Amino acid sequence: MPSLKDLKIRIDSIKSTRKITKAMQMVAAAKLRKAQDAAEAARPYADRMDAVLGNLASAAANSPTAPTLLRGTGSDNVHLLVVATAERGLCGGFNSSIVKLARTHIAKLLGEGKTVKVITVGKKGREQLRRDYSAHLIDHVDMSGVKKLGYADAQAIARDILGRFDAGEFDVATLFFSRFESVISQKPTALQVIPAVFEGEGDAAGTNYEYEPEEEAILADLLPRSIATQIFTGLLENAASEQGARMSAMDNATRNAGEMIDKLTIEFNRTRQAVITNELIEIISGAEAL
Amino acid sequence: MANTMQFDLVSPERALASQEATAVQIPGITGDLTAMPNHAPFLTTLRPGVLEVHNGSASEAFVVTGGFAEISETSVSVLAEQAVPKADASAEMLAQLTADAEALLEAAGDENRAAAAQRVNDLKVLAAQL
Repeated sequence: MPSLKDLKIRIDSIKSTRKITKAMQMVAAAKLRKAQDAAEAARPYADRMDAVLGNLASAAANSPTAPTLLRGTGSDNVHLLVVATAERGLCGGFNSSIVKLARTHIAKLLGEGKTVKVITVGKKGREQLRRDYSAHLIDHVDMSGVKKLGYADAQAIARDILGRFDAGEFDVATLFFSRFESVISQKPTALQVIPAVFEGEGDAAGTNYEYEPEEEAILADLLPRSIATQIFTGLLENAASEQGARMSAMDNATRNAGEMIDKLTIEFNRTRQAVITNELIEIISGAEAL
Repeated sequence: MANTMQFDLVSPERALASQEATAVQIPGITGDLTAMPNHAPFLTTLRPGVLEVHNGSASEAFVVTGGFAEISETSVSVLAEQAVPKADASAEMLAQLTADAEALLEAAGDENRAAAAQRVNDLKVLAAQL
């Protein structure tokens, strides 16, 4: 049976925990709004880019001179996984679910006898993957210094990946991130960036564009940009997801702390009452004994 | 006949402008061009330069550093890698970009060399214009 003092200390400590989680939840909510706005603002560019490239790519896909970024290297033996996670924890299953998806992917690829290389973006993913796959981690991008995610950050990552591609270090690159669906739902996603895949063939038949320079030169110019754009979009979605996940995790934590405080308070009151009753009994029986 | 068209300027981070325009002057990769309403569908990549949007007598200028422009009969969409209103463009920003481009030129392989050199040159011309 814990003493009154112990209970008091516990209640106080949980109360201060609740204050912290409450504050974190509110901070996450504010950051979420910002992250969502950023993701929203980036969408027109990414959509347009996708549509134009879709048109160009569907025209050039079968051409033997199409850029290798589109065609692929012709083999798929070496896979590069870019795993984007958060720099911080305390956001529920956010990091773990991305890592879990990457893990199943790695296991599958290794099972097929492929070579796997992993680049991690964000500290948390690296910590989790290092346990089992430290031999496969080839690089890490530190985002802890980045306050507000800019296009330049995505560009730097894209440049690094493209450099490795040109050097023939891998055949297929896949980006892992979490797609933001709502505050309570973030979906870990694997997106193949090299060779490029385009969903939207768009209105290819509708408009006949004239191109300057010719189509394939444009394609060669735009594909690297599109990869930077995809990474940028992925990172923005990730940022929004992280805040969303943290917000709901902290909301839960705050609620749990509240419940625990209620329970402990009841126990505290009961114990106090028991102590008083005990004292009374002692006094009364003492008086009777006289 | 419509004498205005929809003009959109978007960068990866945000949409900079969305307005009606009577003419848009675009720094295309092979030379400047001006798009007016009812222009034939056209797609071009951009070189670093100044983009000018005219709407009647009003005009606005942006500094863009590459990307591409999609021109159709009723609209012009410019997807710029980096774009700022001309008034906000600073010499330091361009100096930084030029330095980056020069670093790329150093690192460029044979097939990319001409393009990288062109970019450095374009940036220098642009810096001189401001």
